[in-house]
Amino acid sequence: MEVSGKAVIFGDNVNTDVIIPSKYLTSLDPLEMAKHAMEGLDPIFAKKAQNGVIIVAGRNFGCGSSREQAPIALKYAGVKCILVESFARIFYRNAINIGLPLFERTGISKDIEEGDILTIILEEGKVVNRTKGQTLYASKLPDFILEIIKDGGLIEHLKK
Amino acid sequence: MRKLEGSSERLLESRSNRTVTIEAQRTMNITEKILAASSERDVVKPGEIVEAKVDMAMINEITGPLAIQTFKKIGTEKVWDNQRIVLVLDHQVPADSVKSAELHKIMRAFAKEQNIPLLYDVGDGGVCHQVMIEKGHVRPGELIVGADSHTCTYGALGAFATGIGSTEMAAVFAAGELWLRVPSAIRIIATGSFHKFVTPKDLILRIIGQIGADGAIYKAVEFAGPGIDNMSVSGRLTMCNMAVEMGAKTGIVNPDDLALEYVKNRTNKSFKTFRSDLNAAYEKTFEFNVDNLEPQVACPPSVDNVKPIKDVEGVVINQAFLGSCTNGRLEDLKLAAEFLEGRRIKRGVRLLVTPASQEVYLQALENGLLEIFVKAGAYVCNPTCGACFGGHMGLLAPGEVCISSSNRNFVGRMGSPEAEIYLASPAAVAVSALAGKIVDPRSFSEA
Repeated sequence: MEVSGKAVIFGDNVNTDVIIPSKYLTSLDPLEMAKHAMEGLDPIFAKKAQNGVIIVAGRNFGCGSSREQAPIALKYAGVKCILVESFARIFYRNAINIGLPLFERTGISKDIEEGDILTIILEEGKVVNRTKGQTLYASKLPDFILEIIKDGGLIEHLKK
Repeated sequence: MRKLEGSSERLLESRSNRTVTIEAQRTMNITEKILAASSERDVVKPGEIVEAKVDMAMINEITGPLAIQTFKKIGTEKVWDNQRIVLVLDHQVPADSVKSAELHKIMRAFAKEQNIPLLYDVGDGGVCHQVMIEKGHVRPGELIVGADSHTCTYGALGAFATGIGSTEMAAVFAAGELWLRVPSAIRIIATGSFHKFVTPKDLILRIIGQIGADGAIYKAVEFAGPGIDNMSVSGRLTMCNMAVEMGAKTGIVNPDDLALEYVKNRTNKSFKTFRSDLNAAYEKTFEFNVDNLEPQVACPPSVDNVKPIKDVEGVVINQAFLGSCTNGRLEDLKLAAEFLEGRRIKRGVRLLVTPASQEVYLQALENGLLEIFVKAGAYVCNPTCGACFGGHMGLLAPGEVCISSSNRNFVGRMGSPEAEIYLASPAAVAVSALAGKIVDPRSFSEA
C-alpha cells in the first residue's frame, strides 16, 4: 500500500494545541475539525492540504494533550502520512487508531524540502522523494500496527 | 516406564519451579511490577508488549463523546464493567455554548444508558484528575487509563496511569484491556530540602528544563529520594502531573505511609501495593539537589524553556492564573493566600483563582481563603479546567502576558497565539499579580 503527496515541513515539538486549538473541540464532525487543522501554526494549512500532503517535521510531533481530534483533523484535511524524527506517544497511538500512517526517521526533516513530491510504501517504510530522486528508509512499523493502519483504524480492524 | 515418566514429570516440574525462582529474582521497578500484575505475568521487560487489564478508565467531556461515538460503532452493547468507568464534566463547565451543552448531554446519556454510577456532573466534582484522586478512584498498584494526557498525575499514589485517545478508550470500554509497551524507566532522585517559597512545581520545571520536552518520550519517570519522601501528596501530584510535559508515559512514586494513608481515607476497596526493588534497573538516573533550587519559570513558547524566575523579573503581566490539575489544590491556594492576605493585586492585572474541585473550593471557603482572594481583587471561578484549557474562559488577547500555575505554555494554549504564557508556582503567580510584573517570591518576602 502506498500514499503520495507534497511535503509540508514543520519544526520540533508541534503540539496538539496548534494542530487543533481547544476552542474547536466541541465539534464531533471530522470535516469541521479538518477546517482548523494546524491553524495554530498555519491558518491556511487546511486549504493547502486538500489535494493530499505529507507532513514532515522534527522531534516530539504531537506532544501535549490526548485529543484524538488532532490526528483526525489532519487526516480529514488531506494529510496522507506523517514523517518525523520522533512522535509524542499518545499522538502516535491515536494516529494509528484512526488509520493515519506515520513513520519515524532520524534526520528526516533535513532530508526533505517543502514541496517535494513523496511516495511512501507503508509496508517497507520506504520514502521515495520524486523531486530529488532519492529513496530513504524510515523505521518499519510492527506488523500488527501496519494491519490496523491498512484496515483504516482500530475499530475497522476489530470488526474484521 | 511409569517410573521414568513420573521422574521426568518431576524433573520438568522442578525445572519449571527453578525457572520461576530465577525469573522471580529478576528485579523490577514499580512500573514493571504493575504491568506484570495487570497482564498476569511474573516478569516483564522494557520493550515487551503486554495486554494489560484496566482497573479504572476515565473520560471527560472533551474526549468522552468521541469515545462514546466510537464505542457505539464497535457494536458491543454493554461496557465491560460499569463500576470501573468514571465520567467527569470539567473542561467547559458550566456549558458556555450550545455545543458544549450537547457534549455534556452525551456524557449524561451514556452514564444513564450504561448504568454507570460514577458520573461527576457540574457541581459534583471538578477537574477530572483531582476528582479521580480525591474520590478514591485511584489506588496503588492499579492500572488506570484516562482520555486526557495528564492522567499520569495518579502515579503520585503508586498507580500506573497514562493518557490514551478516544478510539482506544472505546476499545477499553468494550474489552477492559489494551496493549501497552513496557516502558524503560528514568529515575529522578531528589535530595536535600526545599527553601521557603520554593515548591515541587519549581523542582518539576527545573527537571523538565534539563531533560527537555521530548527527553522522556515513551518512558516511565520514577521520582524518589528524600526530597520526594518529605513531600506532601499534593506536591507529588504536581510532579507526576507534569511528567507528560517531558514526553513520559507516566510519572510514578513508590507509595509510602503518607500515600497509603491518603488513599485509605478515600476508599474502602482493597488494593495491592508495589514498590521498586532496591536494585531495579533504570535506563538513566538523574539527581537533583533541592537545597540549591531557586524558584523557576517556564518561558514562552515551550515547557522546557525554563529559567530561574529572577532572570525574567520585571516582565509586565496582564493576567495571573491560579488553578488547574497541576496547582489548584488547597496547599497551592494556601501558599498564594500567604502573599495575598491583606494586600491588593496591581490595578490592571486580572488574577483568576480556580479551585481544582468542589472539595477544594469548600475547604478554601471554610479556611477563609476565598475571602482573602476576593478582598485582594482576585476573581474566584468555579472548579473547571478553565483558563488552562483555553476553551471557554479567561482567554488572552493578542500581545497579552499571563503567569500561570498550570502545565502548558504552548502557543495559543490560553487564547490568542500572540499571547505569552509563563508557568510558575502558586507563590510566583500570587506575588506577580500583586506587583503587576513577574517577581521572585523570595525577593517579595524580603521587601
